[in-house]
Amino acid sequence: MFKKTLHISTSPHLTKGIGTDDIMRNVVWAMLPVALYSVWSFGLGALVVLATSTTACVLTEHFLAKISKKESTISDWSAAITGLLLGLTLPPGFPMWMAFLGGVVSIALGKFVFGGLGYNVFNPALVGRAFLQAAFPVAITTWHPVYAPDRFTTVPSATFTAPFMEPSTVDAFSGATPLSAFKFDHVVTNSYDLALGLIPGSTGETCAALILLGGLYLIARNMMNWRIPASILLTVFLLSGALYLANKEAYPSPDFMLFSGGLMLGAVFMATDMVGSPVMPAAVWLYGALIGVLVVVIRIWGGLPEGVMYAILLGNAVAPHLDNLIRPRVYGTVKTAKKS
Amino acid sequence: MKLFNFRHNTFKHGVHPPEHKDETKGLPVRQFSFAPVLILPMSQHLGAPSQPVVREGQEVHRGQLLAKAGGYMSVPLHAPVSGVVRKIGNVPAISGKMGQGIYLEAFHYSTQEIAEGTPIDLDTATPAEILQGIQDAGIVGLGGAAFPTHVKLKIPEGKHCDALIINGIECEPYLTTDHRVMLEQAHDIFTGIRYLLKATGADKCVIGIEANKQDAADHLAGLIPSDLPVTAKVVPVKYPQGAEKMLVTAILGREVPSGGLPIDIGAVVINVATTAEIGRLLPHGLGIQERVVTITGPGVKKKGNYLIPIGTPLRFVLEQVEADENISEVYMGGPMMGVAVSNLDISITKGTSGIVVFTEEQVKRPDKVYPCINCGACVDACPISLTPNKLGILAKFEAYDEMAEQYNLMDCFECGSCSYVCPSHIPLVQYFRLAKTTVRKRKAAKPSA
Repeated sequence: MFKKTLHISTSPHLTKGIGTDDIMRNVVWAMLPVALYSVWSFGLGALVVLATSTTACVLTEHFLAKISKKESTISDWSAAITGLLLGLTLPPGFPMWMAFLGGVVSIALGKFVFGGLGYNVFNPALVGRAFLQAAFPVAITTWHPVYAPDRFTTVPSATFTAPFMEPSTVDAFSGATPLSAFKFDHVVTNSYDLALGLIPGSTGETCAALILLGGLYLIARNMMNWRIPASILLTVFLLSGALYLANKEAYPSPDFMLFSGGLMLGAVFMATDMVGSPVMPAAVWLYGALIGVLVVVIRIWGGLPEGVMYAILLGNAVAPHLDNLIRPRVYGTVKTAKKS
Repeated sequence: MKLFNFRHNTFKHGVHPPEHKDETKGLPVRQFSFAPVLILPMSQHLGAPSQPVVREGQEVHRGQLLAKAGGYMSVPLHAPVSGVVRKIGNVPAISGKMGQGIYLEAFHYSTQEIAEGTPIDLDTATPAEILQGIQDAGIVGLGGAAFPTHVKLKIPEGKHCDALIINGIECEPYLTTDHRVMLEQAHDIFTGIRYLLKATGADKCVIGIEANKQDAADHLAGLIPSDLPVTAKVVPVKYPQGAEKMLVTAILGREVPSGGLPIDIGAVVINVATTAEIGRLLPHGLGIQERVVTITGPGVKKKGNYLIPIGTPLRFVLEQVEADENISEVYMGGPMMGVAVSNLDISITKGTSGIVVFTEEQVKRPDKVYPCINCGACVDACPISLTPNKLGILAKFEAYDEMAEQYNLMDCFECGSCSYVCPSHIPLVQYFRLAKTTVRKRKAAKPSA
């Protein structure tokens, strides 16, 4: 009466049904408002950068898989995240060929050489960004104004620079983001403008409110460890707040520190990359605190106006060790006793 | 010292699989019909197999001893039906292996009356006599583990049982066996508790029930005899709360030491259906002949809770409940820890708490295994705070000894919560089962100095 042969498997026979590709796809959804706002405020210059870096990452992921005779892994959406994230850290009007190269480096050197998804030590997008910063220090600090009237009709002149040529900067200005303005000229930007993204900067760094919204979405869907942004932002706030209280003349206010530069983007979308961050709650708090301290130290005492990228890369490097150091107490065991 | 213990009502971590209990929880237990031939494996429990005491061709009446216990860690088996022993030989078991067993052909027109044995009198019996009575009745843990109950109840020298915990948690999705037993067999449960309290010398008894069975908790709480130190405690719904260690923690707020047993912290845990069976059988000196089984799942038309004779062939059961002819997966026990059946010619045994049936179209099987992305979902799920992410990586490299020595592999009781939550669909608990077996084998092969 019963037709088929039975399918056997070992328990559990149920799965929760949320796949890794679901998580990755949702991260992309969460970043979309930030990207869209960026296109809205910066215009075509931002659109080209975001599209280029994302395309570069996805293509690189696909072809590297093909070259190593494996099934293409672009369907897990992780390459798209890397591409979008990389684009969000680049200034609008960034030369296309550089953005493309950055995408290739992110995936090839940031991810593929380590063994692909799940095995990368560092956030691939930040590896690409670090490469670009080292290779093209001028282009990556060349900014464009927000809400330029002609932003939807003209593309910044640097965008279509031929590879290995000096980009044109006639319509851009250099070194005047709020952080560099503060660092080098001691000019403080209004925090309200910072939070709402009314200031120039990298494509995705400007609107803190939308970044937080994306973070809240992922936290609500249980796809992000809330402790990571919480600990980073809290550390930055407390540390810079203490410095500010000690000397209001020399140090920036904590709200300026929180909303300027790439801190929000980094704390919400980069430091939270599951692969590069620890898992144990105590280790996560330590990881976030470390990144927060490094951000403040680099910004205030370092040679660069912004330190989020290096802070997160260093955090990624220690993350596995933090997890090894801090292990949960196993049920029914005594914390101190190491099993022989 | 903990100033506040927020977790006293439950254990740490755990998962919430969809319950699917509504389909059967309101259906009263119904007697299942007798199959023409019962298949009775001698190894229906953990420990040594039973040893047949009948011969081929012998006529037996319902309740008669068919096989005696094969030692202390074993129980006897009684005839679930009046009939004739057709054959003593190999029968298929759920593990896929063959083992010794009895084919018992039922008499068609028998009244199926049960022959009573020597009752165990509650007032005069000593604890040892009660334990003997429980073994003689063939009772094993009916929650699914089928561990001989009398062995569990034997309090080791120098230990004391503070709390007898009756396990009415039933945290496996789909199953409603214990739920119905609590609603319908309250009298037997309390009689069973009397025997158990006397056998263990426990100071008190707590019936642990999950909040999705509030009606059962209220029902039992209202019927507690005034002379018994029994309370019913409702705990939040969470898998795997029915696991012995987790339940002890949920009820008492204490942890069972690693590698130890609940009695090490003064607790004994007995399943509620087992308790009811003790209360039903011992006063009449009977042996176990049937048990309540939930038969459910989208592949079955007549879902319900049935009182099924031990040894009823699975194929007969599925035909009676009008299972879809395209069934592709049949789980004995729940879907979280139950076993997928490979052969419909096995039978209902003492440990079968439920049968969950799916057709090919109804099974959601993960299509693809991704690499571990270190999301930590398994760490948040593990009820004993292991690090399944780390263990999974080590398992891939077959570093089984390191897993056992540094990552508490052997504490894993294979609840499967890690595999359930893993978004990359990595078969974590499956790795750990293999690792545990290998470690045990290596230990056995290498005699310790």
